[in-house]
This record gives sequence, C-alpha cells and structure tokens, in this order.
Amino acid sequence: MSHGPSATGGAAISTSPHGHSSEPYVPVFTGDTKAKLDALLVRYPTKMAALLPALWMVQEARGWVSPEAMAETGQVLGLTAAYVKGVVTFYTMYHQHPVGKHFIQVCTTTPCHVCGAEDVVKAFLDKTGCGELGVTSADGKYTVIEVECLGACGFATPVMVNSDFIESVTPEKVPDLLKNYG
Amino acid sequence: MGFPFKPHPRETTVLSKHFGEAEARSLDGWKARGGYQALEQALGMDPVAIQAVVKDSGLRGRGGAGFPTGLKWSFMKLGDGKPHYLCCNADESEPGTFKDREIMRWTPHALIEGCAIAAHAIGAETAYIYIRGEFTEPLDVMERAVDEARKAGVIGKNAMGSGKRVDVWVHKGAGAYICGEETAMMNSLEGKRGNPRIKPPFPAAAGLFGMPTTINNVETLAAVPPILVNGGEWYKKMSRPDNPKSTGTKLWSVCGNVQRPGNYEVVMGFPFKEFLYDLCGGPPKGRKFKAVIPGGSSVPIINMEEADAALMDYEGMVAAGTMLGSAGCIVMDDAQSIPRQVARLARFYAHESCAQCTQCREGTAWTTKILERMVAGDGTAEDFDTLMDLCEQMTGKTICVLSDSCAAPVVSGIQKFRGEFEALITRKTVHTVPAIVA
Repeated sequence: MSHGPSATGGAAISTSPHGHSSEPYVPVFTGDTKAKLDALLVRYPTKMAALLPALWMVQEARGWVSPEAMAETGQVLGLTAAYVKGVVTFYTMYHQHPVGKHFIQVCTTTPCHVCGAEDVVKAFLDKTGCGELGVTSADGKYTVIEVECLGACGFATPVMVNSDFIESVTPEKVPDLLKNYG
Repeated sequence: MGFPFKPHPRETTVLSKHFGEAEARSLDGWKARGGYQALEQALGMDPVAIQAVVKDSGLRGRGGAGFPTGLKWSFMKLGDGKPHYLCCNADESEPGTFKDREIMRWTPHALIEGCAIAAHAIGAETAYIYIRGEFTEPLDVMERAVDEARKAGVIGKNAMGSGKRVDVWVHKGAGAYICGEETAMMNSLEGKRGNPRIKPPFPAAAGLFGMPTTINNVETLAAVPPILVNGGEWYKKMSRPDNPKSTGTKLWSVCGNVQRPGNYEVVMGFPFKEFLYDLCGGPPKGRKFKAVIPGGSSVPIINMEEADAALMDYEGMVAAGTMLGSAGCIVMDDAQSIPRQVARLARFYAHESCAQCTQCREGTAWTTKILERMVAGDGTAEDFDTLMDLCEQMTGKTICVLSDSCAAPVVSGIQKFRGEFEALITRKTVHTVPAIVA
C-alpha cells in the first residue's frame, strides 16, 4: 500500500491509527481459529461469503476489528483490505476501535421510546461513569451506546451487555444489573 | 401468547403452541410433538405437489409484503441445472416486531423443518437462515438445533434417508436493518455491504450467488409443516369465510402502552378492538389509547376510530387505512406526543438508510431534522409543505422501500394528528401529558 504526502506536511505515517505500531501484529487466523474458518468455507460457494463470519471471529478474539485485522481477513479470503473495510463500515456491530470491557447497547427506538427508554440510557450513563454516549469510562470497564430496535419491543427496554440480551430493564434495575459486569 | 404467559382462550395456537416448553427445543422433544412428520411426507412428494398444497392453503408471506407463498415457490424453474437457494429471513428488525424471535427461541425445529420442506419444493439443496446479529439467544438455539438435526440425519446429504440433499446453515448478520430487505440480505450473505439490488432481475431468476433463490420469512416457513400435515383446506377454514385472501393464523407482536405486551396468535380477520382490549388488556391504568401502528413501524399510523373498526388481516388493515405488514403492533396512549414519536421513527430510518439513493439518504435525514426542530418548538408553518414534498420524493422513487417506510408514518401522522403538529408551531409549546383519569 502506498501513501501520498500527508496533510500535515510529511509527518511520519503510523502503520496504526491508534499508535500501537511498536507492537507487532499477531495474526488471528492461526491454529483453531483458522480451522474454524476453513470448516465454514464448505457452507458457501464463494470465499467472500465467509467474510461476515470471519469478522465475527476477529471481534471475538480481539474485541474489535483493527485495520491490520481487516487486511489479514482480506488476505485469508482473497479480498483487498479496502474491500473488507468497506464491508466492516457498513455494519454497526463491528467495532472499528477498542471499546470498554462491557459494551452496553440500550434500545431507544419508538416502541421502547414510548416506554421510557431515555431514562434507562441516563441511568446507564450515570451509573457506569461514562457520562456520554460512545465514551468509554475512565476505568475502561464500560461503553454505553443507544441502539436502534433490538427486536424485543414487548419487553421494553431490552439492553445488550456484550452478548447477553437482557429484557425489561428499568432505570431502577440498572445498579443491580451492573453488579454482574464488574 | 408468548412465554412466559399462557395463551388467551381466544387465541388459536398453531405456531405458538409449544412456546415456553423447553423440551420442544430438542429433536426428540420436537418429534414427540409430531415434528418432522411433514418433512418425511414432503421428501416423498413431487415439489410441484408441495407447491400445490401451499397454494391451496392461501398462505401469504409473513415478513410484510404478503405475497402468496406457493406462487412465489412456483417461480423457481425446476430442473434448470442450476443450483437453487432458499434464504430464510430471520433478520427481524422492523420496530414493533418480535415474533420470529419467539419461534426461533422455542421451536427451532419447526423452522428447520419448514426450511427443509421449502428447499425441496423449490429444488434447492441449500438453505441459509440469516439471523440478525443482536439475536444472540435465537442464534444459539438455532445453531444447536441445526447441529442436532444434521447429526441425526434429518438434514444433510441424505435427509431422513430419502436420498435427497438438504443442507441448512445459520448465518449471523452484523447489525443493519436494511438486511431484512431481501436483495440486501442476499448481498450481505455473499459477504458484501448490505445494499439492496435493483429488481429485475428478481431473486427467482438471479438471486443469491447469481442463482435462482427464494426468500421466505421465519413465520411463513414455520407455518408450512402444519399445513402439509393437515392440508390446505384445514388452514383456510380457520379464518373468516368471507375473506379467502387472508387465511390461517397470524402471530401479532404487541408493544408500547398496553397492559399485556407480548406475542399473540389469532386467526386472520380477528376484530382489532377485541384484540386490543380483551387479549392485550387495554391501555395502562387511567390512560386511553390514542394511536396504533399495527404492522411494524413502516405502515401508516391510525387513530382509535379506525383501529376499533379494523379486522386483523391483509385486507382488513388496508380497509382501515394502513397495512398488516409484519404485524408488529405499536400502541400509544394519550400521554404520548405523536410529533415526538414520529420524529423518533424518522430518526430510525435516517440511521438505517444504506445511502445508495439520494431521495432516501437526504430525505430521511432532512425529515428527521425538520421534525426534531418542530418538536423542539422551532418549527414554521412552511415545514408542513416541506415535509410533504420530501415524503413525496421518498415514495416510489428508490431501489427499495426504506424511504417509503419513513414517509408512511410521517404523512399519516400529520394527516391524522395535524392539530398536535400545529400546536407545536403556533403556540411553540411542547407536548403536555393529560392527567391520569382515576
């Protein structure tokens, strides 16, 4: 990959936008993970079709999908890094930057909105110490975001903490709920 | 009614009969409940004969469009030498809808059986169940059920010893409402951005991986096994005899300001008023119902006069000025501000637009901005015309119907509750909640 002159006038280009360039990248698709991906490939007539599952494996292993991981995933599946990035950026569930240890998604779409989801969001922002949506708490434990319809509208307000799906959350329940995610 | 509640006596449980029974999730438990009889029967039948039974039943697509299922299957050209595919749409993301989630959580084998029968009926050897990424529990339950069925030889290269190959695979989405649109789903399954495709070509001609493909909703496929076992006539006879166009039972998800939210299964044509007050328990104590969006957020909003007279089937909802859609019923009481809720809906569509088409990308964003400005008390009289103009540009002019879906609640909300919007502009007041009536 070649870079043009940088906008800042020739400043050194970091290989990682997060400044971790000193640490060498450790590939995800080795050993068991590679075997798991290979086993998936038989399900589809093209390698490209395994891209979404492969990105899920990356996120499971690393907690997010870094530019280096996008390039590696592309290499494994015969796709360019740019193509993989195009796909990653389309879907909301792939993290393009590191998030807190516990990633909290609160549904606020209309059915939950009419049932008071805004107050649930406030309770999470307050009790986690995040203060603002999308900001990771100072202790690195929590990131809270609003999410569009989680598909459990009859059980307002549904909340996802990492891969746990929790129904009928009210502001009062938030402090106890967070005790499970220290 | 869905777990954890017992069904109401006025419900007709076909799909939801085993909701809440943990044993029904296992292969043995499902077989003990009569499961996989239909598949065994189907694998011994000619695909055209299966299509005929489903056509005869009058079953229509439960994902929102209501297209006759048997007719859709018959578009697949059998024996053309190409690989055919079945996609099961389990991307359930239409606000207000959470019925497919219950089907997958409680009766995963009903869906696998439906997929396998449909695959055979369209000449496909492979079926993919595309489940939205947020559905962690349904994903887990479905994965395990598919594994169990494959290991037992129910599906696989020699399904139930029939010599026919039927593979079923679960595919996990990654967060995108638009992937519930069938052509976007196919792109997503292929490992691409979930942009909808221009039709034609229709999926039956060139769909997944460029091959003939049928896409069916979870509930549609889960209804196929009981139809095959009991016959099309049995299914047709359950619903009101004066409307042969809507047959069988329908799962309704109910949410919002209602005493008993949840999933209910009633026959097509059930009276909506009785449904809302008797089955769902009416409005919260001291409140009155104000408006309903009966078919998921993409259908027009109706007032209670219209809702009280409506019948719950495809034609009944059209007669009431709205649509059955995905039957995700969002109920609002008199404490809700319609402009505020319509603005929130518009925000949803603006967030979920794939941004391919200008009318949708710009239209949903501007609709949201204007509505939110009105709600904040900064609206002007011209905003009505601007919104109506935007909504016209967003209707019928794009690759898919996402922007049409944004326009529907905006236009109907303004038409039916114009006074509330005008009050925001003339009095610059925000919504006031009426006192609870004892």
